[in-house]
Amino acid sequence: MIHLVQLAQQLDQVFVLAKHWLLGYVPAGVQPLCSAVLSVLSVILVFPLLFAIVTWIERKGLGRMQNRYGPNRVGPCGILQPIADGVKSLTKEDIVPITADHAVHFLAPVLLVSASFMDYAVLPIGRNMVIVNLNAGVLFFFAVGSLMELAVFMAGWSSRSKYTLLGAMRAIAQMISYEVPLVLASIVVIMQAGSLSTVAIVNRQATYTGIWPHWFVFTPWGFAGFVLFMIAATAESNRSPFDLPEGESEIIAGYYTEYSGFKFALFFMGEYIGMFATSGMAITLFLGGWSAPLSFLTWIPSYFWFFAKLLTLIAVFIWVRGTLPRLRMDQLMNLAWEFILPMTLLNIITAGVWYYMPTGSIRWFVCSCMVIVPCILLSRGLKQKKRFQVRTYHFTQ
Amino acid sequence: MYGGTELVGEGILKGMAETARNFFGSFVSKDRLTTVQYPEERELQIEVARDFPFLVYDGADWQQGMRCVACQICEKECPPKCIFIEKSKDKKPDANGKPQFYPAVFDIDISVCMSCQICVEVCPFDAIKMDVDYSLSTDDRFGGLLLNKQRLSKSNDYYRKIHPTEAAEVDARLAGERARQEAKAKAAAEATLATAAVQPASGESR
Amino acid sequence: MILAVLTVAGMASAMGLRNAVHCVLALTLGFTGVAALYLQLDAQFVGLAQIMVYVGAVAILIVFVIMMTHRSEPAAPPNFISLWTVGSVVAAAVFAVLAWAICCSAASTQGLPPQPGVTVQQIGDALMHRFLLPLEIMGLLLTAALIGAVVIAMGHKEDMK
Repeated sequence: MIHLVQLAQQLDQVFVLAKHWLLGYVPAGVQPLCSAVLSVLSVILVFPLLFAIVTWIERKGLGRMQNRYGPNRVGPCGILQPIADGVKSLTKEDIVPITADHAVHFLAPVLLVSASFMDYAVLPIGRNMVIVNLNAGVLFFFAVGSLMELAVFMAGWSSRSKYTLLGAMRAIAQMISYEVPLVLASIVVIMQAGSLSTVAIVNRQATYTGIWPHWFVFTPWGFAGFVLFMIAATAESNRSPFDLPEGESEIIAGYYTEYSGFKFALFFMGEYIGMFATSGMAITLFLGGWSAPLSFLTWIPSYFWFFAKLLTLIAVFIWVRGTLPRLRMDQLMNLAWEFILPMTLLNIITAGVWYYMPTGSIRWFVCSCMVIVPCILLSRGLKQKKRFQVRTYHFTQ
Repeated sequence: MYGGTELVGEGILKGMAETARNFFGSFVSKDRLTTVQYPEERELQIEVARDFPFLVYDGADWQQGMRCVACQICEKECPPKCIFIEKSKDKKPDANGKPQFYPAVFDIDISVCMSCQICVEVCPFDAIKMDVDYSLSTDDRFGGLLLNKQRLSKSNDYYRKIHPTEAAEVDARLAGERARQEAKAKAAAEATLATAAVQPASGESR
Repeated sequence: MILAVLTVAGMASAMGLRNAVHCVLALTLGFTGVAALYLQLDAQFVGLAQIMVYVGAVAILIVFVIMMTHRSEPAAPPNFISLWTVGSVVAAAVFAVLAWAICCSAASTQGLPPQPGVTVQQIGDALMHRFLLPLEIMGLLLTAALIGAVVIAMGHKEDMK
């Protein structure tokens, strides 16, 4: 029995132990640098691989949801399709418009991918498996995430094309509008955990009462915060139903119309990596990071749970993409400012009430009411407002 | 105008339930996965499907057994005028033995043909019928889609295979006509035999 | 050292480049350099807030402003203003005064003891206890600014109608 427990623990820490073993071969002076390089290298290897697999899952999943096969020619069940896509994007001619701003045009995908990868520095992927345990980890995550908007603008503006500029403006407006609810939805978690460090937040959630975990999603304010965070995360990564800036049927391809070949693949990858990072942050904040869902399942390694939750969230993203139609720009912005933002503010108040009330079923009831009732009232109120009216134009004669 | 009685998000959840049903159903039932993977799988065509015309011939020799007698009715009735016929100078015997003209040149331009089936409807000799073969694309853009007499000729057995009911009906009708012709010929032959038998008798009695 | 060079280069090119959007991007580089300097000095909260606010919001705001007002193509070549020499002398003088003040200040002559790292918790405590009134006043000020901007924009819309 002890052997099994020890084996489970070693399996859990296998990557940490492997890294320590590898660092043993390196002289002591270079060890911090090598440690950093190894961690970064593992992120750079694992997450693009996950990206490739997710593109395959997405195409097959969307296909099945739309009553068709996905790609099924390249390998068995089309499993080698990402390799085919990679080869295609590497060998395509890299067309840059003559009037484009070449320096900025080149730097935009670089910045996007760099910003997306930097987000992983504070995600705890397993027990003791975080690249950097920053004291202000959550703040770092959102700060770096805001670099992505700049990259989007650079891409859209440097292509000197009306589609790209329009798409870039819309994309930035969308990303900024949804960044506010994203941060506010995560503030409730910070309030309860008392720390901005992602490791501390996960450690707070990794305890159990009976068999049930203390994940923040199992509280009324946590559940509301999770839902709001996921909606804002969908909009931040420009995914359906918020993908107007890049909708193929709307604006050609929005801000990356003029990109072809490898740069387009970089944009695509940057977007998906950003999606994984935001899902990873949602998992860290609300779903307990690497902790197991039931207390008797803790023998399964922690990184397995992290990736299981990540794949579940990705599956939900794909499911939502296959279901919902695209939102129009004004509908998108209305949703952000008129519904999601007030709900996040109310959620913060609810979390405060939860903190100060004594534990027991009364605070469950009170906080659930504080979340559900305004949600229903607000949504009803907003629906009432939308009457068909004569359209007034503000900026034309 | 907006039904205010359902919960917020209910529409989204119902939609997601439907797509989930699609996703899981696509592995088990056929009507949740309606893709036909052409060209490995093909959908069965209905019996009255039609694509482009072809000329029917009876028997084994396509030139000998061709039913078309170059009456040029189909050429005149064709709305986009895609049939080009040149009548022959000599005659050849048809299925009933009667000498008929035949088409020296019979071209159909299938890039123009609109599959309206009017040529089939007006042909008095059941010589031209609709085929069901649609994979006629070619990379020869000047003559590849102008089918000549030889390419258009397909046997009656083929016709029976692609349109069994129609072919059976046509065969029955043609067989009936042939039988009537033969009966008439036999009656005429018997009549001439009878008059020939009567005449010598009357010639003898004189 | 590298960061300082990067920051100075960024800010200098923000002034020197011809294309307005290039200037904004160079400015953003300068902001990032300043944030990295903050992080090097162990002021985590300020550094990250610098990235989030300046690079994430202010730079994009400037970009929007340039997009909406700047109509022309890359600007004409810079003129050689005769005041250029006077301007550079004034700038050099200001730099000399600042450098002298920093070098002669107590921090560099005596060598201050290493400050304890300021955590976010301490900043939050200070904001909520010691600096509560300034925080609320700043909130009111920002709200007033927002409402003022909306009123001006709506008034502008009324004019255009």
